[in-house]
Amino acid sequence: MKRSNAPVFWALFGAGGMLAALIAPMLVFITGVAVPTGRLLPADAMSYERMLTLARNGFGKLALLLVVLLFMFHGGLRMYHSLHHLGFHTGSGAKAVIFGIAVLATIAAAVALLAVG
Amino acid sequence: MAETLRTIEIECLRFNPESDTAPSYQTYSVPFTDDMSVLQGLQYIKDELDGSLSFRWSCRMAICGSCGSMINGVPQLSCHTFLRDYHPGKLRIEPLNHFPILRDLAIDQTDFVRNKLPAVKPYIIPKESQALAQGEFLQTPREMHKYYHYSECINCLLCYAACPQYGLDSKFTGPAAIALMQRYNADSRDAGRAQRMDLANSDHGVWGCTLVGYCSEVCPKGVDPAHAVNQNKVASTLDYFLRFLRPNGDKR
Ligand code: SF4
Ligand code: FES
Repeated sequence: MKRSNAPVFWALFGAGGMLAALIAPMLVFITGVAVPTGRLLPADAMSYERMLTLARNGFGKLALLLVVLLFMFHGGLRMYHSLHHLGFHTGSGAKAVIFGIAVLATIAAAVALLAVG
Repeated sequence: MAETLRTIEIECLRFNPESDTAPSYQTYSVPFTDDMSVLQGLQYIKDELDGSLSFRWSCRMAICGSCGSMINGVPQLSCHTFLRDYHPGKLRIEPLNHFPILRDLAIDQTDFVRNKLPAVKPYIIPKESQALAQGEFLQTPREMHKYYHYSECINCLLCYAACPQYGLDSKFTGPAAIALMQRYNADSRDAGRAQRMDLANSDHGVWGCTLVGYCSEVCPKGVDPAHAVNQNKVASTLDYFLRFLRPNGDKR
């Protein structure tokens, strides 16, 4: 019986789900509500300079990359399964597109993180 | 308390593959008392109204697993479901989803019995066989606790009727068979995990599941097959990556 390659995607999906459960609502709250309204956190908490410092720090780079990579793969597998549940049995075509996007997003994030120095 | 007799409409799917081109529905008015199960309603129809209605049953107490059917669209044991809970509405009874119909409410379980069940080797495969004189394989209550709820499966197939994946592609091993796989894998007396792993690792093994979870919701015995599938996804993922560390790779 042929071994499935699903464990690779599932492991990324699982790690992404864990990370999403832990930090996603907080991230949405901070970046979408608390900082933009400037009431709960100072409006310059996410200023360009501060964010640049974060992206230049080694741990900061790793954290940002992991968030992008794992969230993309988590969302990807969810979308892939949802297509299947909705009756689109797209097979490997949709898989290639969805996870291709996840890989491209990860590469883009990595390149950007390296580019900021 | 005097039993009051009420009447409920039961609509049954009728289908004889030998003579009918498509299933149809037939409605019966069934008098019932508060303590009557849906199965007793069906028995009333068969005894008093229409002897040609076919359905399976045996124990009438949620043990034999033969009376499963779709009751108002939900897979349930008809002996474990009460008519009073549907009154004054009506009841629609259909054979379990995702299986071929043999006659009326009786489905053909061949795929499960002949293919799915044997494939997971649902029996203890001891490390070394032991002569009778050496006594039994002992087990502590704690060890038994690890698999006990999986062993409560009565093969009623409600979980297969609930599983959209099995409905889309019946090659998927499915909830109850994977729960039984885990029942033996988790048994301290068993050493057959490696032999069951190839199936678990395949696309039609645990990876056919997209974790809908409805199987565990409909299971009348608290088996929680979705949990068994998830435990085996973890095991299969470990196996996937650890084989790169094993000296002889995929050969266990
Ligand atoms: S796991 Fe539950 S629902 Fe599925 S066959 Fe066994 S007892 Fe029935
Ligand atoms: S008749 Fe045996 S489970 Fe319902």
